[in-house]
This record gives sequence, C-alpha cells and structure tokens, in this order.
Amino acid sequence: MIHLIDRRLNPRDKSLGNRQRFLRRARRQIKEAVDKAVSERDVADAGQGGKISIPSKGISEPRFRHSRSGGNHERVFPGNEEYVPGDKIPKPQGDAGGGGKDASEGGEGADEFVFALSRSEFLDILFEDLELPDLIKSTLKDTKAVRPQRAGYSNYGTTPNLNVLRTMRNSIGRRVVLNRPTSTAILDLQNEWDELKAKDQLDAAQQQRLLALWNEIEELKRRQRAVPFIDPVDIRYNRYDPKPEPKTKAVMFCLMDVSGSMGQHEKDLAKRFFILLHLFLQRKYQRVELVFIRHTHVAQEVDEQTFFYSQESGGTKVSTALVEMQEVIRQRFPVSDWNIYAAQASDGDNIANDTGLCVELLENELLPLCQFYAYVEILTEQEVSRYAGTSNGKELWRGYRAVDEQWSKFSMKHIAKRSDIYPVFRELFAKNDKRVRVA
Amino acid sequence: MTARAKKASATTGKKGRPAPLFDGAEWDFETLQRTYEAIEIIALEDLGLDVYPNQIEIISSEQMLDAYCSIGMPLMYEHWSFGKRFIHDEERYRKGYQGLAYEIVINSSPCISYCMEENTMAVQALVMAHAAFGHNHFFKNNYLFQQWTDAEAILDYLDFAKHYVTECEERHGVSAVEEILDAAHALMDQSVFRYRRPSKLKQGEEEERRREHREHDEKSYRELWRTLPVVKDADQPDEAECETRERKARLNLPEENILYFLEKNSPGLEDWQRELLRIVRNTAQYFYPQKQTKMMNEGCATFVHYHIVNELYDRGQITEGALLEILHNHSNVVFQPGFDDQRFSGLNPYALGFAMMQDIKRICTEPTDEDRDWFPNIAGNDDWRATLKDVWANYRDESFILQFLSPRLIREFKLFLLSDKASQRHVSVDAIHNEQGYEKVRKALAASYDVTATEPDIQIVDVDLHGDRELVLRHSVHNGIVLDEKTRVDVLDYVGRLWGYAVRLEGIDLASGRNPYTERVGGPGEKSDD
Repeated sequence: MIHLIDRRLNPRDKSLGNRQRFLRRARRQIKEAVDKAVSERDVADAGQGGKISIPSKGISEPRFRHSRSGGNHERVFPGNEEYVPGDKIPKPQGDAGGGGKDASEGGEGADEFVFALSRSEFLDILFEDLELPDLIKSTLKDTKAVRPQRAGYSNYGTTPNLNVLRTMRNSIGRRVVLNRPTSTAILDLQNEWDELKAKDQLDAAQQQRLLALWNEIEELKRRQRAVPFIDPVDIRYNRYDPKPEPKTKAVMFCLMDVSGSMGQHEKDLAKRFFILLHLFLQRKYQRVELVFIRHTHVAQEVDEQTFFYSQESGGTKVSTALVEMQEVIRQRFPVSDWNIYAAQASDGDNIANDTGLCVELLENELLPLCQFYAYVEILTEQEVSRYAGTSNGKELWRGYRAVDEQWSKFSMKHIAKRSDIYPVFRELFAKNDKRVRVA
Repeated sequence: MTARAKKASATTGKKGRPAPLFDGAEWDFETLQRTYEAIEIIALEDLGLDVYPNQIEIISSEQMLDAYCSIGMPLMYEHWSFGKRFIHDEERYRKGYQGLAYEIVINSSPCISYCMEENTMAVQALVMAHAAFGHNHFFKNNYLFQQWTDAEAILDYLDFAKHYVTECEERHGVSAVEEILDAAHALMDQSVFRYRRPSKLKQGEEEERRREHREHDEKSYRELWRTLPVVKDADQPDEAECETRERKARLNLPEENILYFLEKNSPGLEDWQRELLRIVRNTAQYFYPQKQTKMMNEGCATFVHYHIVNELYDRGQITEGALLEILHNHSNVVFQPGFDDQRFSGLNPYALGFAMMQDIKRICTEPTDEDRDWFPNIAGNDDWRATLKDVWANYRDESFILQFLSPRLIREFKLFLLSDKASQRHVSVDAIHNEQGYEKVRKALAASYDVTATEPDIQIVDVDLHGDRELVLRHSVHNGIVLDEKTRVDVLDYVGRLWGYAVRLEGIDLASGRNPYTERVGGPGEKSDD
C-alpha cells in the first residue's frame, strides 16, 4: 500500500516565521552588522540587501558538552598505512582531538555567522533608529513604480479591455472574405417574396421565382448561420505593458567639510543623511547621479572613498565648495536636463568673513538652480542642547538663517544623533508650508 | 503477491527480457507507482521486510531545506534556532558547499519519506528502496524504537505541540515562550529517560492532569515550601542522614532527566511553561533511539537499497544505465576517506554500516576459518536474511559493533586506535589491524558509539530544602574529561532560570572521587546585573 503525494504546491516559506524569529533574536548583532555594512558601502549601494556576518556569540545554543582538552581520550580512525602499536605522535597544538571536523566547515570562521538579508529586511534595520514613519518606510522600500502602458493588441485579455474597433474590423474582413450574406440582402429578397406571395394570381414564371426566392433565402440564412457575425478569432484586446514610471534624472551634490574637526562619528552621521536623501531621490527619479565635493579651505570634487575616509588638514572655507558646485553644474549638469539636489554637512565652522560670501552664492547662484538644498550641522549633544529652542548656532548656521527664512527649498537642521536625521526629511514633504516644522 | 510478481515478469520486452520499469531520467507519478510496486515485491517477498504503510511525498529543494532545519520533522513549533539553521543551510546550499539529501524519512506510521523533485527516476528508485523499505523496516522492528517511540502518535503529538506553542505565544508573548524554549533546548541532551520507559505520548490532557496532581500535592504537603527550619538535634546526627534520604526518595532523586525534574518540581513555573518543557523533552526522547542507532539504521537502509536495485537489475526491471547511475550514487554515499584525507570527518556511518551488513551476509554464506572462529553462531548458517533481520531488531550501534565487527573489516578499514592521555605529550598508537589489536580496536570503537558515554552524564542529585533551595547537579567525570567551561556556565544559567533559585554543578571523578570543578549560578533574584 502506498500513498504518493505531491507536496510541491504546498505553501512556500514554511520557515519564514522561524527566519523572522531569528532576525528578531539577533537584532542587536544584525543591527551592528548592518551599520558596519553601511559605513563600508557606497552611498548608492546602501539600499541593497546583501550579505552580512554576525558574531555567533549571541545566537549560540549552548549544550553541556565534553571539553576537548584534558582527560584521557581513545579514538579509532580508519586508513592506517604506516603506524604500528607503540608509535608516538606529537600532539597537535591546542586541539587534542585531532579530528578534521572543524576544518571541514567550509572555510567560514566558526565565530562568524554569515547570511544574506533581503533588501527590505536590510532597509528595515537601517531605518530602525531614524524614526521614520511607517508610510515613508514603505514608500522608500518600494523599488519601482510601474504604470500599465498601451502596447498594441493582443488575442487574449479581459472583457473590459476589448477593443471594439479592431474586433469589428477583423469581423468585417472575415465576413467579406467568407462571403457572408448581409442582413439587407436577405431582407430585400424577403420583401420581394412577400410581394409575390401577396399577389392573388401567379403565373408559372412567378411561381418559379417564388420557389427560387424561397430557396435563395434559405440558402443565405444557412450561410449566415454558418459564418458568425463575430467569431472568437476576430476578437482583439488592448494590450498593456507594465512600464516603469517615467522619471527624469537628478543629480545629488554631497558637500562636506572634511577638515580636522570632522571626526569619523560626524562623517558617519553625514553619510546616513546622504544615504537617506539618495534613497528618496532614487524613488523619484530614474537616474540619480552623485557628486561628492569636499572642502577644507579649498574644495575638490572627489570619489566616494576619498570623500568619506580621507582626512585633510587645513582651514575651513565653505564658499570654495559652493563655487566648485556651481562649476560642476555649469560643466556637466545643465538645469534644463537635471533636477539638482544638494546636501551639505558641516560642523558649522567657517572662517569669519566667508559666511557672507556663502549666503550670497546660495541666494544668487545656487538656490535658483536647485530643487532642494539641505544643510545639516553636526554637533555634539551638549552643543545641541545649548542651542535647543533658540535659533542660534555656529558661524555658518547664523549666516544660513537668513537664507532659511527667504527660501522654501532651503532647509537646515542640527544633528547630533541618528534620530535627528529624519526631521530634515520631513521638510522635504512639507516644503510648501514652512510652518509645519518639526522642533 | 505471487500472482503480481508473475504478471510483472510476464510483460516481456523484445529480446525476451522484461521491459524495464523506466527509461531515462524523467519520472512521473505513474512510473513512481510502478517502480514502487516492483521494489515492494522484492522487499517483502525476497528480503521479507516488515514495514509500516508507506507515504511518499514529492517536495521541492526549498521544502527540503525547510524540513532540514526543523530537525527533519514535517511539523514543528516555531523557534528562532530553526530559522538560524535554515539560513545557515540555505547559505551553504546556495554556495554549493553542501548538497541536499535525496530523502528524509520520518519514523511514523504511516512512514513518510520525502523525495526531492530534482532526483532522476533512477535516484527516486534508490531513495524509495532506501527510505521506504530500509529505514522503515528498521524503525518498525528495532527494539529501541519499539520501546521508546510511538510511531502512531508522533505526528499528532507534534501537531499538538505546534499549536500549543503558537497559542502560548499569543497568550504570553513570543519572548516569554522563547525564554522557556531556549532553556529547554539547552537541556535536551540531558532530558531523556535512558533506563526507564517513557509514558505514551498524549496531548492536551497533560496540563489538565498535572494541575490535578499539583492541587493534590498542595493540599497534602509541600516539602519544598516549608519555611520553618527543622529543628536539628545535635545528639542524633543519624536523623539528618535519614531525612536526606527521605527527601531524596520523595523527590525521586537522583534524577537523570533534568527537564522532567524541573517540569515536576520547579516551584516558580506556570502550567503552560511546564507543558513546554514537556514538549521539548518528549521531542528529545523521540530522537534518542535515532542517536543510538544512526550507523545501523543507515547500514540497514543502504544494504536494503543495494540488494533491491541489484535484484531489480537481475530481473531486468531496470536498465544498465539506471543501475550504473544508482551505483555511482551509492558509492558516493559509502565513501570512507582515511584519517589523513582532507575530506575526513570521522567514520562515515553509511560506509561502516553498509560494510558490516555486507560482511555479515558474507559470513553467513562464505565464511573463512577466521569467521568460524570469531562468529561460531552465524558463520556458514546460510540464512543471511534471518541473521540480518535479527541484528536489525536487537542491537544498537554500540552492541552491534561489539558483537559483529569482524577482523576482516578492521583490516579493510585499516582501523587503528589512538590513545590520548592528558599526562603525556604524545598521542600513542595503541592498537592496529593485527591479531593483537582486533579486540582492542573493536571495543574502543564500540565505546565511541555509546551515547551514554559520549554524552556528559549529568544528574540532579539534591535540593537544599532548608537553605536557599539550591539545586545540585552532579556531572560524573569519566577519564578525567570535564565539561567545556564556557558552555557549562551558559547552560547552568538556563537551569537557574527554570529552577528560579541558585544551581550548583559539581564534577565528581568517579575513579578518584576527586572534584575537579564546581560551578554555581545564582537564581534570577540574586543577580544584580540582570
């Protein structure tokens, strides 16, 4: 007696619940790993899922087990080619068992647990302490918006998509080719027959005609039945192809002060800010270019690695970065083709007489070109609490305040910890109403 | 049956040989059915196997991974550790480090075998012979499985367990359930009855029955909750002695099954928590025979499939191509690299098991003088079928090796015995495959399959009822092998959480009476950093 059962169509992802439990369990370690991954990754790749490795310590499942060292062990092995009883073999260092078991684990370190996160899991964890509202999280995670676009005709489809014109055209063509009698033709004959029939006296020719008419009408009706008015082969449907939402291109300028006062922590916060802005733009535009401009007392367009990881010494002259940005826009990103976004991160220092120049550059040159310009000033927690409630800040902040009041597409914020980053983005959504500021 | 057999051989092909059951790699359900029937004829009539009804399920590779990580069971409650295993296996599978098993078979009635859809028809035939008859026969007939597991009830019980855990999660929160399960999982290896027969699996009634028990206990007398110290009389030290004995007797101490003890006696646990402990220890108990018979079980299944496919070929029911494909897979499975080979990871249970079964068949039919010497009972009895069936029914890995590992196999595997003493700087070769060595090698190999010796022997020995209710566990140290330090603290911590008060673990060396280590963790209440 045998039961053969096909289980392949059973619901998939039976282990999903277990996977989620595991991710929750190892939340802290995974978060650390994601943070690490983010700091190692490029801004543009940060949103992808991918491989992470976490220390297996927090997710270990301890059991009582015998210690491998100490004590007296006896073990039997196969494949003896040379040993005779009494042979002495020096003990391998450390591991007394000498088995090959650990080595066969496939090259992964025993202390690391490596696995892949999906994009959505990765972003979930990345957003965790940014305090993003759920709605925004889900819009960010949504990879691509598609819109159905008309794409010719199809033989298959649903009734609402029926294309009447096409269907009728096919129908007529087929009816003509197959010589389907029209209803008017039949009606004409029918009338003639009726006329003849109405007469009292019929001669032989008329009798003949009546009979012929009758036969002809029957024949036409038969042919009409044989060739349908609309045959399934005539039917055409409108075809729709999923097309990605047409998006234009955007360029995002990342401006950052890299002088000595910006430490790795500050840069890390800035990076998160840039990543988030990049994710936003990616959703809105099909193509997002990144331009990294760093500055000390001179500014320079650099690649991402240099941008985040090389330390420069020198003074701080912010206007140089703005000039550089203006130059890059002029050369490579004409406003007619590109949406321009800019994010500037700095610790607020600037040499005294430069801030005025910056404001001037912003107001007269850059802001008219930009869709949005965000300025984040990265401070320590103490500094933030000192400035809290006041509109005061450091050198650059004081200068930019005037710009902030003038321009709705300019936004500025103090940032000391990760959860401060999101409010800046809130303003992206509320940019038409400057009153809806988050404190 | 005979009629069917005749009919099968009557459908002859062009050249006088019967038409093969299948041709090529593709399979469909009809072919599976046909092949299964042919296999069944050989298994039942030729080998005379006795099996549970079979249920063969075709699954995808993803479902195979699913089954892998929930310790091979079709139903399992949810826990993060299964997710961890899944993620790990999936990663390795995707990278190609590890292939998937062709099948998983479950000791239940009906006996469920999972076959992967990716298998070719030849492999499906191999798998059916291996799992649906080899393993199935072993499950049904081996004394350990007969005594300790309940094939009829296990699926229902797991279904109950899964729902019960889900219900607890809903009622008490996922993390509260997780806490108990984590702790229980850590104690799984020490939570089987090794000598006492466990009660039959029942579900649902457990909580009810225990509540009644406890009410009864509480109404009568609760030694554990006594708060007034017993007045000790200094003149009569014997009384204290008596009292200890009496207390231990009342709590059934010493107790080898840690979760059982905690389930019955831990003061702070709620009913649902006790039920969870019970579910975990029942699962552990269910797998206990499999641990002790892994080598034999695989040996039996491999022997059976080997015999059946060769028989199929001899009867002209499979083509030469199919046979070669099966044999190729077979030899991969029974491959045994030497100790100095990079691929070596211990003795391959398939290799040793299969070789021993084949060897017994040889001893029965073509014994040498040496075999007559070593195995007077079976050598040349010419009835290998009965001999093997007797072996499969009445032995476990350890006793099987001790009884049936022949000198010839020791020579074939070139087995040698290494002795590693803590006091010496060298590992010494104690015995090899020669006349003086056979007995020693065999004995040592058998011992390494003895689960009671390879797993730490830890028992609950006492509860300090008059002091701080400290629970005392004793690890019996053999050969000076202590417990791994890091994990023993972690696991003890789990015991402490379930017990609610302090827990002490003493290692006592049985030979010398020495106490190489003592570990103590405070109860949750005493911990300041928690």
